[in-house]
Amino acid sequence: MSRRVGVYVCHCGSNIAGTIDCEAVARAVGERVADVAVSRDYKFMCSSLGQSMIQEDIEKEKLDRVVVAACSPHLHEKTFRRACSNAGLNPYLMQMVNVREHISWVTKDQVEATRKATAMVTGAVERVKRQEALEPQYVPVNPATLVVGGGIAGLQTAIEIAEFGHPVYVVEREPSIGGHMAQFDKTFPTLDCSACILTPRMSEAGQHDCIHLLTWSELESVSGSVGNFKVRVRKKARYVNSEICTGCGVCEEKCPIKVVDDVFEAGLGIRKAIYMPFPQAVPKMPVIDTAHCIWFVRGKCRACEIFCPTKAIAFDQKDEIVELEVGNIVLATGYDLFDCRRLPQYGYGRLDNVFTSLEFERMCNAAGPTGGRIVLRDRETEPRSVAVIHCVGSRDKRTNEYCSATCCMAALKFGHLVRERIGAEVYSFYIDIRTFSKDYDEFYQRVMDEGVHFVRGRVAEVTDVPRSPAEEGKLVVQCEDTLLGVQRRIPVDMVILMGALEPRADARDLALEAGISCSMNGWFTERHPKLDPVATMTDGVFLAGACQGPKDIPSSVAQGAAAAARILGMITRGRVEIEPVVATIDEERCSGCRICNALCPFHAIEFDEARHVSHVQASLCKGCGTCVAACPAQVIRGAHFMNEQIFAEIEGLLADAWSDVSEPVAAFAAGGVDD
Amino acid sequence: MVRYAFYPGCSLDVSAVAYDESVKAVCAKLGVDLVPIADWNCCGATEYWGHDALIAQALIARNLARIDPELEQVTAPCAACYLNLAKVDRMMREVPAAAERVNRALAAGGLHYEPGRVRVRHLIDVLYEDVGRERLTEASTGSLDGLRVAPYYGCQVVRPFCDNDDSEQPVRMDEVLTWLGAEVVEYPVKSQCCGGHMSQISENEAFELIRRLLDCAHRSGAEVIACMCPMCQLNLDAYQGRVNHHFGTGYHLPVLFFTQVVGVALGIEHDVLGIGREIVPAREALRAHGATVVAAAEGGRDVP
Repeated sequence: MSRRVGVYVCHCGSNIAGTIDCEAVARAVGERVADVAVSRDYKFMCSSLGQSMIQEDIEKEKLDRVVVAACSPHLHEKTFRRACSNAGLNPYLMQMVNVREHISWVTKDQVEATRKATAMVTGAVERVKRQEALEPQYVPVNPATLVVGGGIAGLQTAIEIAEFGHPVYVVEREPSIGGHMAQFDKTFPTLDCSACILTPRMSEAGQHDCIHLLTWSELESVSGSVGNFKVRVRKKARYVNSEICTGCGVCEEKCPIKVVDDVFEAGLGIRKAIYMPFPQAVPKMPVIDTAHCIWFVRGKCRACEIFCPTKAIAFDQKDEIVELEVGNIVLATGYDLFDCRRLPQYGYGRLDNVFTSLEFERMCNAAGPTGGRIVLRDRETEPRSVAVIHCVGSRDKRTNEYCSATCCMAALKFGHLVRERIGAEVYSFYIDIRTFSKDYDEFYQRVMDEGVHFVRGRVAEVTDVPRSPAEEGKLVVQCEDTLLGVQRRIPVDMVILMGALEPRADARDLALEAGISCSMNGWFTERHPKLDPVATMTDGVFLAGACQGPKDIPSSVAQGAAAAARILGMITRGRVEIEPVVATIDEERCSGCRICNALCPFHAIEFDEARHVSHVQASLCKGCGTCVAACPAQVIRGAHFMNEQIFAEIEGLLADAWSDVSEPVAAFAAGGVDD
Repeated sequence: MVRYAFYPGCSLDVSAVAYDESVKAVCAKLGVDLVPIADWNCCGATEYWGHDALIAQALIARNLARIDPELEQVTAPCAACYLNLAKVDRMMREVPAAAERVNRALAAGGLHYEPGRVRVRHLIDVLYEDVGRERLTEASTGSLDGLRVAPYYGCQVVRPFCDNDDSEQPVRMDEVLTWLGAEVVEYPVKSQCCGGHMSQISENEAFELIRRLLDCAHRSGAEVIACMCPMCQLNLDAYQGRVNHHFGTGYHLPVLFFTQVVGVALGIEHDVLGIGREIVPAREALRAHGATVVAAAEGGRDVP
């Protein structure tokens, strides 16, 4: 079996050639490895010149296999597969070697790096010679989409897809869609009312023919793969018949139980045991909180049922599992606010007049617990001075090292609102002011002109222990003013803590269910931080909004729209290509032991009861190889990972094509990069 | 039951005898087995670090090296001693070159310390974690009877190493004393500095720092202050009269070691706990909860 292999070693400018002597690698492999017909190095293999070099060689040199030693296959595998395909070579007869991420970026010693690259390229040559031509498969894309999370990001995705007439299911855990944006009063930097711009979107989503809202619902499980996911959603019992409830609100009015609303009102306001979180809720329908409802706790009352004019109260309702089939999934689950009690030196929970940013949002909101009045915890006294503390739980090694991105602007907005509404003195304690987006810095200038005092320094503590008569009865903010180089103690009446944005407490569970990963901090990981912040490493699963990282409203909306565009493209094309690197079972020899069935992490193996054999569904298989290794009869083939291919690759790695060719490398190492 | 190597340190030998007495009495009562380090030496407190770091480290490491090889934990009641032992052990673990230097110095005396061999713990952690809530609650005799205590941690027990508590608003002493029947008052300045040796260097600075601590305890309605550092106790107790004179205030707040308060709760006789050695006498406050004060205490020592 003689092959004609072409080997191409990319310099990637100085990314690879700065550490690896690419020319020497190409020469060593070309001279010393059997069946290598052509071996070249080139500055940028991914350029059109680089690609046409491969194509010409395939045609002229009659190459039947290609090895490209360059960057990660995540970046350019498609590029080089296409180049092979254009020249009439089956694209699966091309093998990439990642000499950049795996060698040049992580190795300092140039001689060692060059030796390792030579070994890896040799291994790839030996494996590619034994690779088989594969044909991609195609599966149809179900035009329905699942959006998890009904905040502004998820709603943007849902509306844009629905506008094209495709069905969208929006799963929202709370009783109403709207998310955090529904809680806000004003939005920076334009100061337009949050509800005024959000609620039209909410009602559009609520009334859209193609949008199916599943509020008060949670995602239970996801199976299947791109184009054809099956999801199970738990519709929690509302104890209200959605068919006949008119949302008149009589039940809420008559309910005798008042509960502190920790979710929508951030603990600042109260609701009833049967409630709609806010007047513009969509759907306009209450839920019963069974932890507080007297009927559920003590078996008495039923006032809501008695007074309901349409007899919509349904105490016997049960949770319901809804099964949906969708082609794509968008995760838009947002964020949790940092628990400010974790920094006890700021006194939240201990000192009455320390508030969180979300509490202050609700306080400013005309529909909120204080009717929009900025007052102390006693609900009467207007503060004469307010401190706003930035970076609470952000940029802090003890809590979160990242910047939460939105709090500077929100803090400026709070400063403006305090100045405008009550004229109190405002002290904004910051580390750096980050106002990076369009019209943001202009807003900062404006707030400075409005007389907000800015103090640069991280606050050490907020205390109610006075040191002088001027501090009596005040909250004292102790801080090193790093511009003046002095310690300052500033007595104020109210303190607002700009809590960090954190990943949802259960984000990792959802990531596991959806088959995606989380960053170290717990945010969902995008496919590429710069070039593909919308997709994930799992085909058909997309991200929108703050679940991918702290984000303000404009960025969340942009990402939501981008996710919609990607999905619309897939729906329009109608089918997706499925990677043919999958497992197949030799059904003639399968004993039907079913060991592989339970092991498959993607539930891709089904059992044919009639014929008593197992069968791999190619569209679900990710080619991980678990079943291949586990099969006691060794009758499962993992395409591209056959024993002979892997052993050949190992032998190539160990052949040490580099041995006794150390001279050019030494010269290279001494002379540095020659480009 | 785990046995602990015990590092008393100089203060407990001289100025903080009451701490030494109460630590021993409380540990004996609770079955916490303390094995003193044989031929221990001064830890150098904070001063020696400024003079010569290697000598400072070696002085401390010598104590670690002398711990009975069968013991895996060491406890020190004094805040500075505890911090020094913890600091040097940690430094030797994290900086191998420093560990080597220190061990070269120890080798002159035929000693060696393997970094991380013993776990350094403050006594409050031993009571909180190892003895635990259940045993402390059981052992309590109810003698504290709601005595209002301001829990004062000072700097060195909670900073910079504070793996299991909050370094700004710690709660471990609060909890231990609450389990034992004390009424722990809100004391937000609980981890602020008492001035340390400033009382000898710059009195006015020290007086202000001490005043803040006394003032907060007074406002919060505390009857006694419980502390865990000999320096803190000395500053708050011995300088209380001069602070009053300096500012024209009239604070009268007994300052006890937390182990003395624990001892009272366990029903140990007051003189065994060294109560009466303090300058601002604690008897009156303890007597206010008189129903359960141990009678034998009446015959105890009184500082003239």
